Amino acid sequence: MDGNHRSNPKCNKTEKKFLRKQIKARHTLLRHEGVETVSCATQSLVVANGGLGNGVSRNQLLPVLEKCGLVDALLMPPNKPYSFVRYKTTEESKKAYVTLNGKEIVDDLGQKIILYLNFVEKVQCKELGLQALPPGLMVVEEVISSEDEKMLLESIDWTEGTDNQNVQKSLKHRRVKHFGFEFHYETNSVDKNKPLPGGLPEICDSILEKWLKEAYIKRKPDQLTINQYEPGHGIPAHIDTHSAFEDEIISLSLGAEIVMDFKHPDGVTVPVMLPRRSLLVMTGESRYLWTHGITPRKFDTVQASESHKVGIIISDIGDLTLSKRGIRTSFTFRKVRQTSCNCIYPSVCDSQRKETPPSFPESDKEASQLEQEYVHRVYEEIAGHFSSTRHTPWPRITQFLKALPSGSIVADIGCGNGKYLGINKELHMIGCDRSQNLVDICRERQFQAFICDALAVPVRSESCDACISIAVIHHFATAERRVAALQELVRLLRPGGKALIYVWAMEQEYNKQKSKYLRGNRNSQGKKEEISSDASVQELLEQMPDMGDQDSACSVPSISDFWEGGCNSSKVTNSKLPVHTNRTSFHSQDLLVPWHLKGNRGKDKPVEQFGTVGSHDPGPVFHRYYHVFCEGELEAACQTLSNVSILQSYYDQGNWCVILQKL
Amino acid sequence: MKLLTHNLLTSHVRGVGPRGFPLRLQATEVRINPVEFNPEFVARMIPKVEWAALLEAADTLHLVEVPKGPTEGYERDEQFLRKMHHVLLEVDVLEGTLQCPESGRLFPISRGIPNMLLNDEETET
Repeated sequence: MDGNHRSNPKCNKTEKKFLRKQIKARHTLLRHEGVETVSCATQSLVVANGGLGNGVSRNQLLPVLEKCGLVDALLMPPNKPYSFVRYKTTEESKKAYVTLNGKEIVDDLGQKIILYLNFVEKVQCKELGLQALPPGLMVVEEVISSEDEKMLLESIDWTEGTDNQNVQKSLKHRRVKHFGFEFHYETNSVDKNKPLPGGLPEICDSILEKWLKEAYIKRKPDQLTINQYEPGHGIPAHIDTHSAFEDEIISLSLGAEIVMDFKHPDGVTVPVMLPRRSLLVMTGESRYLWTHGITPRKFDTVQASESHKVGIIISDIGDLTLSKRGIRTSFTFRKVRQTSCNCIYPSVCDSQRKETPPSFPESDKEASQLEQEYVHRVYEEIAGHFSSTRHTPWPRITQFLKALPSGSIVADIGCGNGKYLGINKELHMIGCDRSQNLVDICRERQFQAFICDALAVPVRSESCDACISIAVIHHFATAERRVAALQELVRLLRPGGKALIYVWAMEQEYNKQKSKYLRGNRNSQGKKEEISSDASVQELLEQMPDMGDQDSACSVPSISDFWEGGCNSSKVTNSKLPVHTNRTSFHSQDLLVPWHLKGNRGKDKPVEQFGTVGSHDPGPVFHRYYHVFCEGELEAACQTLSNVSILQSYYDQGNWCVILQKL
Repeated sequence: MKLLTHNLLTSHVRGVGPRGFPLRLQATEVRINPVEFNPEFVARMIPKVEWAALLEAADTLHLVEVPKGPTEGYERDEQFLRKMHHVLLEVDVLEGTLQCPESGRLFPISRGIPNMLLNDEETET
């Protein structure tokens, strides 16, 4: 059916291009949206790129379409980059087809958009059916006066420093401030034993009392999170961690309205309009089972008719248009839960989850299993992302390699993506790693690498002039295994050969200086300072941007939720490994460090040619096991090895390091 | 996998010890990768090479003109060093296997990467 267009010899270049695009639009609609187009003229057309999901509003599109004839209906499905128009007659739709194909219009953001039209047999749109609000959800309109709104907004001091008691964070997608208890985005929970001084702002007190009296709420909240969303900001779909907060969660919308999407696990999505100065009350099913989130975009799909201002955006797609977002500030009040959650939704309840964090290993076998699950498997999963964050060699390691005599044979045990394998061309370097995916990357870079375990390295004894072990030994789960890994390293060395070993340090503050890991990489410190970063520092520097992503994830149910309470909960037995909060000091030597995987998006991105639609998904979180070393611990371990002398030991940006020599 | 790397690898199956060397090479795909000739570097490799293992590997690849051992004054013998340069650094095994001479365990080489991972039973002590 494309043939009649393609073979038209009269087409000039531009026309040809439009035709090509039109055909492409047709294919895309069919493939991604199941919209079937036909080649013969009908009354109805699908207008690719002319959709609400594309930033085109009803009052922009309609006049354009009406120039070609009488529009019977214009259906604009929410969040889709296309719409359907039905004309009174086929003559009119034909005219639209001819004149509007390739037509450029300017969307609400001032961007140029080109329309592509195709005939459809009939308008196909999933009827969303009459929707009801999620059970337990309530929106109270005009819950406060505009004077109170003004007062509340003015009471927030966004300029306060982070050392202030009311912890404030500038997240990637919004500004946030916490009162009562700090919300930890790593665990999606609060530290119940550490209330913030000052409690909730006084100004909230009378308002909360009033809501209690009006019976909008049943108990008084003790935690407040203030979020500020600029147009384009959002928050990914999430359920507030069950074990962290009580049933009732309320959110006051100030400054501007917004559409919040509620989603049932079965897939039903209910967009709910939260007008300015309204109070959203989530209880029961809507609090425990449904996720809620705000799609990052600059426009919301809303009802065109004035009558519907609150609640569900009804699925009458003949009455939808766009509304420009303003700056919305939300006051979300929650009550911290002191007991475990016993809701009736165990599938999404972290308190009732079967999965428990891994325990501290009691035997070699358990240690091996722990490493398998929380080191090897994780690196395999994150290899690509991990490698993309590992490009800068650390100066003191480079220095060690450059100082080796020409013609040395050097093994990098646990070489990762091979970033040291090419440092010194005068060496023959071989690398090995447990992760196939990381070794693949080494090979792509033309390095000599193979797959093996650091406890059983298939290299003949005393064949190496030097070895390096960078950020490897801290992944072994017992002292015996760590020593065994060191012993294996030494076995490879010829007498006189040297090994350089780096492990992550428990002490992230040394000689009164905080490691880069604690300092963060953005705010402090001039760029020019001499950075001697190391395994962990590097990791963390790279992970911080992840946190930016993750904080927006808020309490998205993730593996970390399963482990909520692992750090400080009294219920969980002591042998459970705690989950570390990135960029903080260590509180345990054996712990799990989260990795937020990025770069796996795009697979199910709809219709990319129409521009970006869809929500921002946070990547999955993986946990890697670490044993962080205390001062002197690495040397002590090395001293148990036979035929070894320690040449040097030092602290390098959050790592303990040893250079040893085989006697 | 270059033959210089092969020369360093050994089987590490539990209990085989030094009898795990050299690994028997079987190649189904070999590529010659030109590498810049650095006579000093090659000369420094000569004393580190296990000759029997190298010759055996070169033989299975049907390489010709492989020196049988270090010549007198090889440091200045460019012809010798060039040959060694080729054998040690330019011959690249892409596909094949490495076999433990003691236990018979086969390790695959795929896209130039030997997979030397053992299962639990093979490593337990």
